Amino acid sequence: MYDAGKIVTGLLIFLLLITFPVWYNAAMGKAQTRPNPVVQTADEPGRDTCVLEGDEMVTAHMNLLDEWRDTVVRDGVRMTETFNGHRIEMSLSRTCMDCHSNKEQFCDECHTYMDVEPYCWECHVEPRQAPEAAPEMEGGEQ
Amino acid sequence: MSVDRRQFVRLAGTAALGLAAAPAAKLIASQEETASSEVMHEASLPTGEPKTAERWAMVIDLKKCAGHEGCTKCIDACHDSHNVPDFGNDKDEIKWLWKESFGHAFHEQDLDYVSDELKHRPTLMLCNHCDNPACVRVCPTGATWKREDGIVMMDWHRCIGCRYCVVACPYGSRSFNYRDPRPFIDEINEEFPTRMRGVVEKCTFCEELLAKGQMPKCVDACEAGALVFGDLEDPNSNVSQLLHEQFAIRRKPALGTQPEVYYLV
Repeated sequence: MYDAGKIVTGLLIFLLLITFPVWYNAAMGKAQTRPNPVVQTADEPGRDTCVLEGDEMVTAHMNLLDEWRDTVVRDGVRMTETFNGHRIEMSLSRTCMDCHSNKEQFCDECHTYMDVEPYCWECHVEPRQAPEAAPEMEGGEQ
Repeated sequence: MSVDRRQFVRLAGTAALGLAAAPAAKLIASQEETASSEVMHEASLPTGEPKTAERWAMVIDLKKCAGHEGCTKCIDACHDSHNVPDFGNDKDEIKWLWKESFGHAFHEQDLDYVSDELKHRPTLMLCNHCDNPACVRVCPTGATWKREDGIVMMDWHRCIGCRYCVVACPYGSRSFNYRDPRPFIDEINEEFPTRMRGVVEKCTFCEELLAKGQMPKCVDACEAGALVFGDLEDPNSNVSQLLHEQFAIRRKPALGTQPEVYYLV
């Protein structure tokens, strides 16, 4: 091979540059902190579980809400049952946010991390964040 | 042990089939799972005691209304509970329920020789929830449609703000949000959503209250009893009785939209 030294050196420099993100990240990068949503629940019977089981809610809540809005608005059906048989109203601002009234720590925590911007709150009214004593206040407001 | 060509091909074929079958089985299983979860949500139960009808309609007694000059209780109740913004100018105005003079509301009537009192009598206007709604015909997304009980509903999720319906409605019942309405709502009712910029809105006969077994806000708020709401298909309902006993008119009947808001003059 002619000019082997130059070629090999060039190749090495090329490899170094193209893998720059990998080794730079390994050497200097910090691990992104995982989102840690605060799951607030109510202690009252019938409100201590979610609509689906926890794991399912995490992965499928957007499908559930999409289904709900069609069922309520277009079919006029407003009630449904949770996976364990509790009757609930299909309502984002009432049923969901009744327990999870901490939108910032609950919804936004993951949505910001995942860079998704659901437009629910452009129309639906988010619950007012009661300062500090939010969970205790809840029962009284009802 | 030696493997000849045929044996090798047979073995490879069986292995490939097995590899292909596993994900297919998984896929089928997951589909069955989602199907069963859909059934759960469809098995919806009726709410408390929803008010139902075959054909909702409203009768407005203009004399009773005019007896309470300057009263805006129905309008306030409606606009407050539905988060209707007040932009403070006519150009952007959003209205679900509003007052107009009789002469303007019924301009196609022969009003040359009627009294000035009648010509200027305040006339409540709202969506007529037509039997043959022009707005529904032109909506390209199905965001507005006629329910089985006659209510011309709106799905604000689906409205793309094309404003065909605003143009099609001969009664001016539809308003468009040219600006973000949120900052222009005095006190937000958390029980009801607001709208966003680029969405059309109008009266929905308070279908969210009917579902809970309550009467529309305006009907409840009217102390003069000028607003009567009921089932037109039921001969014993209050609206049917009123229309049977008294002569009522509708706005622009010649257009064939079959409005379902009746006026007693």
